[in-house]
Amino acid sequence: MSFASPTTTHLAAERRGPGLLRGAMLVLVKDLRIEASSRVVTNQVIPFAGIVLLMFAFAVDPARQSLQGMAPGLFWIAVVLAAVLAVSRATAVENENGARDALRLSGLDPAAVFLGKVAAVAIQLVLLEVVLVIGVVVLYGFPIVAPGLLPASAAAPTVATAAAGVLYATLAGAIRSRETLLPLLALPVLAPVVLGAARAWSAAGEHSMGEAWRWVQLLTIFAAVLVAFGVATYSGLLEEA
Amino acid sequence: MTGWRSRLGQLTDLATVGALGTLGYLALVVAPPDAVQGDAQRLMYLHVPVAWLAYLSFGVTALASLLYLVPATRSLRWDLLAGASAEIGVVFTGLTILLGSIWARPVWGVWWTWDARLVTTAVLFFLFLGYLALRQVPAAPHVRARRAAVAGLVAVTDVPVVHLSVIWWRTLHQQPTVLNPELNPQIHGVMATTLLWGVVAFTLLYVTLLRHRYRLAGLEEQREELLLHQAVLERRGIAADPLVPVLSDAQSLPDTQTLSEAQR
Repeated sequence: MSFASPTTTHLAAERRGPGLLRGAMLVLVKDLRIEASSRVVTNQVIPFAGIVLLMFAFAVDPARQSLQGMAPGLFWIAVVLAAVLAVSRATAVENENGARDALRLSGLDPAAVFLGKVAAVAIQLVLLEVVLVIGVVVLYGFPIVAPGLLPASAAAPTVATAAAGVLYATLAGAIRSRETLLPLLALPVLAPVVLGAARAWSAAGEHSMGEAWRWVQLLTIFAAVLVAFGVATYSGLLEEA
Repeated sequence: MTGWRSRLGQLTDLATVGALGTLGYLALVVAPPDAVQGDAQRLMYLHVPVAWLAYLSFGVTALASLLYLVPATRSLRWDLLAGASAEIGVVFTGLTILLGSIWARPVWGVWWTWDARLVTTAVLFFLFLGYLALRQVPAAPHVRARRAAVAGLVAVTDVPVVHLSVIWWRTLHQQPTVLNPELNPQIHGVMATTLLWGVVAFTLLYVTLLRHRYRLAGLEEQREELLLHQAVLERRGIAADPLVPVLSDAQSLPDTQTLSEAQR
């Protein structure tokens, strides 16, 4: 696979590990299986995002007009805040019982581990977004004028959030103060996600598809850069601690 | 430190002080007051060079982080340089925002506005505050260096995206209302010279600060190693009397990498 650097591919081949995509798939299935049995994201993170949505309405003028206008921004802030918890969970499972060492010794390409974890977090975020969209439609009266554009413009910010989140959560994984450090590290990096995704949704709401599309393009490039960065540097991050 | 290096360092220190003094004279006495903004405009001679220094610092941090991550050039020196430069960068980013606010109050009528450059600088400030917080976490030198290098590079890559998105945000949705950043495109000759001199003076200041901070970072590392070594000896019951035997033992101290390997 062209993503992996020559050294990592070489090492993976030496250890006779599975290929990049298959490796990523294994990690993805493993993470989703852990989630299926522990239900941390579905029972804790999604309700957290829901209460954030509700509290925003308390803090802001509850008149429908202002909430409607703010709905895209509040939606993406809720997603990013919840994502910090989700990625924190995704790497916490590796920190317990020496799982990180096991992962390192498994012969999987670190890039595959990264991609698998990003995919698992992204899938969980999609689930979260579906619930939150229902939330903003019901609570804020957010009109869905372009049903096709919502998923299209949510894909890139979701991947970008997952990639930056997994990268930073792994970075902070072995640190004792990771719960407080992770938001400080991840949130400024995700500033363009909140801004861009919220603007794209607002633009779609105002039927200016050209503008929405421009934001989607920017976010796609951003997501691609973050994923490429993670693929290139993850082996070093996984080895430490 | 060798003789010529120390002399060169002293020379840089002196040149910095001289350049900053000259800048003060140029900015306060020689340059005429601005036709529109009056004396408030003189803050620009400080604000612009300070902002330049902040961006220069983060540029150096990014470069040093990259050099650390590339296996061929990997050295803890790059890590120390990146950290030293980022510290200067955070201080001067904070100063940029502060000076900008003080200037904006009389000229624009507001302390803050959602201009692209302002927002980008604010995000940059928080990105590198996180970077510094990450550096402060105790860890073996190479572990810390790798974490910091990745975080530093992601932070710098983030900046153009933030800037572009804020520009789009402001221009696509509403026109700048309170201000137009290009208030004064026609600049007086003396003003231009003063501004340019400010940039030179602050570049010198950066070199001076970086040199001292880098040296200090090296000393801090050495101190850490000594304390660690002492603790190891104490644990073994070798050195009950602190410091003195350790310091004499320091000559044979294993290098940073071996110690950190041993730690792990």
